[in-house]
Amino acid sequence: MTDSKQYATFFLSNLFLGVEVRKVQEVIRYQEMTRVPLAPNMVQGLINLRGQIVTAIDLRRRLELPPLPPDQLPMNVVVRSDDGAVSLLVDEIGDVVEIENETYETPPETLTGVARELVTGVYKLKERLLLVLDTDRTVSLPTGYKKPQLNEN
Amino acid sequence: MDEIVKEFLVESYESLDRLDRDLVVLEKDPHAKETLGSIFRTIHTIKGSSGFLGFKKLEAVTHVGENLLSKLRSGVFTINPEIASALLAMVDAVRFMLGQIEATDQPGDKDFSSLIELLTRLNDGQGAEPRTVPTPEPSRVVAAPATSVPEPVRDVAVPSTVTLAAPIQPQALAIEVAAPTLEPSVAPSTPSSAALPSVSEDATPTVHEPAEARGGAVSDSTIRVDVVLLDKLMNLVGELVLARNQVLQFTSQRADSAFLATSQRLNLITTELQGSVMKTRMQPIGNVWSRLPRVVRDLATNCGKQVRVEMEGKETELDKTIIEAIKDPLTHIVRNSVDHGIEIPEVRRAQGKPEEGCLKMRALHEGGQVIIEITDDGAGIDLERVKQKALKQGLITAEQAARMSDHEAAHLIFLPGLSTTEKITNVSGRGVGMDVVKTNIEKIGGTVDLQSQPGKGTSLKIKIPLTLAIIPALIVTSGGNRFAIPQVSLLELVRLEGEQANQQVEFIHGAPVYRLRGQLLPLAYLNQELKINTETQVETAATNIVVLHADGHPFGLVVDEINDTEEIVVKPLGKQLKGVASFAGATIMGDGRVALILDVLGLAQGAHVVAEVRDRSGLEKSSQTNKTVDSRQTLLLFEAGQGSRMAIPLSMVARLEEFPSAQVEHSGAQQVVRYRGQILTLIRVSDHVPAITKAVTENEPMQVVVYSEQGRSVGLVVGRISDIVQETITVKRHSHGNGIFGSVVIQEKVTDLLDVPAIIRAADPLFYSTTPPLKAAA
Repeated sequence: MTDSKQYATFFLSNLFLGVEVRKVQEVIRYQEMTRVPLAPNMVQGLINLRGQIVTAIDLRRRLELPPLPPDQLPMNVVVRSDDGAVSLLVDEIGDVVEIENETYETPPETLTGVARELVTGVYKLKERLLLVLDTDRTVSLPTGYKKPQLNEN
Repeated sequence: MDEIVKEFLVESYESLDRLDRDLVVLEKDPHAKETLGSIFRTIHTIKGSSGFLGFKKLEAVTHVGENLLSKLRSGVFTINPEIASALLAMVDAVRFMLGQIEATDQPGDKDFSSLIELLTRLNDGQGAEPRTVPTPEPSRVVAAPATSVPEPVRDVAVPSTVTLAAPIQPQALAIEVAAPTLEPSVAPSTPSSAALPSVSEDATPTVHEPAEARGGAVSDSTIRVDVVLLDKLMNLVGELVLARNQVLQFTSQRADSAFLATSQRLNLITTELQGSVMKTRMQPIGNVWSRLPRVVRDLATNCGKQVRVEMEGKETELDKTIIEAIKDPLTHIVRNSVDHGIEIPEVRRAQGKPEEGCLKMRALHEGGQVIIEITDDGAGIDLERVKQKALKQGLITAEQAARMSDHEAAHLIFLPGLSTTEKITNVSGRGVGMDVVKTNIEKIGGTVDLQSQPGKGTSLKIKIPLTLAIIPALIVTSGGNRFAIPQVSLLELVRLEGEQANQQVEFIHGAPVYRLRGQLLPLAYLNQELKINTETQVETAATNIVVLHADGHPFGLVVDEINDTEEIVVKPLGKQLKGVASFAGATIMGDGRVALILDVLGLAQGAHVVAEVRDRSGLEKSSQTNKTVDSRQTLLLFEAGQGSRMAIPLSMVARLEEFPSAQVEHSGAQQVVRYRGQILTLIRVSDHVPAITKAVTENEPMQVVVYSEQGRSVGLVVGRISDIVQETITVKRHSHGNGIFGSVVIQEKVTDLLDVPAIIRAADPLFYSTTPPLKAAA
């Protein structure tokens, strides 16, 4: 049992987020995406990753944050999930950091909404907080998601 | 686990499936020598191996079984239901122990001593019906074959009857069938031999097995391969196909002949490789079916019914993944048939049916799909009972129940919660319902259809695509995106040039249709269905219609452009996208970009071009959907005489029917017809609306509008139905009485609106238990 863990970090709006490094398959720059009509809001599209089709999830939308300005292209953090690889679209990539367990805490009460579901814990770093994302929950559809009903059928 | 043990398990499991099948065959045909021999050998092998591997318990059970089988084989006993059940119990015990070995390396602690006892008892001739008195037998035995079997049958010694109840004839025939396969070296015909036991003992050991019974022995030219390895191979071939597609894209851009030639070779080789690898994964459906006779037998015995299983097309091959997916659904369907479909012998006899029910299973390839049909000649689906159950569980409303067709009612059994898993213990061990059956089949891209006739039987038809991985597809472009349409759903392509489109696309109550060679083809616009916003479409040069079929119903899909056909590798969509019914998967095109594969059925259902209702009450559904768009009303127009028309709001119409006037009967002063098991009162609108002449309603066949309210129905005989229109109506003039509610302008003509409630009340004052509030034009 080690006393520290490694996280792959990235920036999203004014948040500093991290994912356990062993869950990350790779990190790549913006890839051309194919849009999926009628897809849930958070699915930005599909990308071709060396022959694999990977679903790209807009993390901003997933966390109900405002979208990026149109001239800014997101980066891809490709994580492993039980369903295969899924890419999270983030603003910028950070470093891989190694953090002592003792700075770990459960999310503060001030964290509300969707983020509460997806953030498993918080690390108090010197200058900022690192929010740890639960990848499995992040790549799943929000609880209570209802397919847009066209007509009862 | 030890390699040897692993092999032992694999082989034994296979043998057990075969054993199940063979024992059921043997029970029906006690003198099937090859089957008996095969069974004996299988148990003998398992006994030997288990002894060798030190599985004492397994050895003990199989040992007793082998003894019993030996006696059966030598004719000391003949199989009867008791023995058969005991042997099947032994097979179950072996299976259980194999499972234990698999999990824990040992046969386990379960005590099978009672089973061993039973088998031993049977062995000693107690409980079975041995030939205890040899002397009276010979004469009888000799007489029987001589009269009933024309050709000298070698193994006459194990002849017709030991089980005194069974008739002689069928078994004699059975012997005749078995005869040709007997080796000549078998003891020569001794029809008059009185020394039965000795002769039979000579006869049996050298019984010749036909190739089929040899089963496992025909494994010299085959090899066992791990499924995981095959999957990997499939994936690699898939990648190769993608790469080949990309290479082909480049060839179209270069004129280098050497390059062209090489890439063509690559193309050919890849195609062949792909075909061969797919074949490795194909297994005959017989593998799945083989266990079903046993399931049927056990269940039938439990229910006190008699069922025979007929199989056709068991060599039909399916991909292994598909076989895995349909195993449980098929078992459940079969169990359903036996449990709910086939009646008990007394009931069947009373209906003039043979006491033995028949369960027919058929499999065949057709047009890129595998069709599996399971038919029983039982009682059919009790539609009323199903409807009641659905009503009770709140799955449908009373109105829907009254209005649905028989076909829809039969399909109610696919609703979750409607499955009736009653008393039967789990032979197959899953306890799934028909809704899960449907879901599982649809998960692999298949469809299930149900036909049922009360008293005659039920038939289930399952259609499954042949392969899932690499399919030919038509690439189209719409809204700037490329989509792939599986060729298996494609019927034809239609191109309408410019103005033609405006003329030839007609609208029937708001829905666009195209008349294709006389048939009306409902149309769906892909851009609309996928809500792709295209910049204002200037009248493009041509309208492209892709004619597809979903669930047997053709419809047209309008796209911007039609590209070409390609073989594509189907990649599944992530779970986040599984809910989007319009897409079945995605693929990578030759240029590296991702294209979505359309799910034809999902798309069709979303566009409502595939009516789930087969009768005209489906019009009501689409009229309701249109209601949400704007405040139009859908009206049914019919002729009212003298060139005038009248209208009824379609929302008042439950069904449209036609009856030949010969069907009209009289009940008191009223005219009635028999309709869907009930008596429907007829009201001629001409009797209550002076403006309509009587002659108008005397059509042949009569045009009847069925109106339902709170579960009661009445039929309004109207004039010839001319049209159904959608109009935003404003009642121009309110009348009072005369059966007319008011007048509206429809298609530039003044049309009277029928006051349906008034007419009904005039004809039958008690129809409405309480006077309904007069709703303005409903």
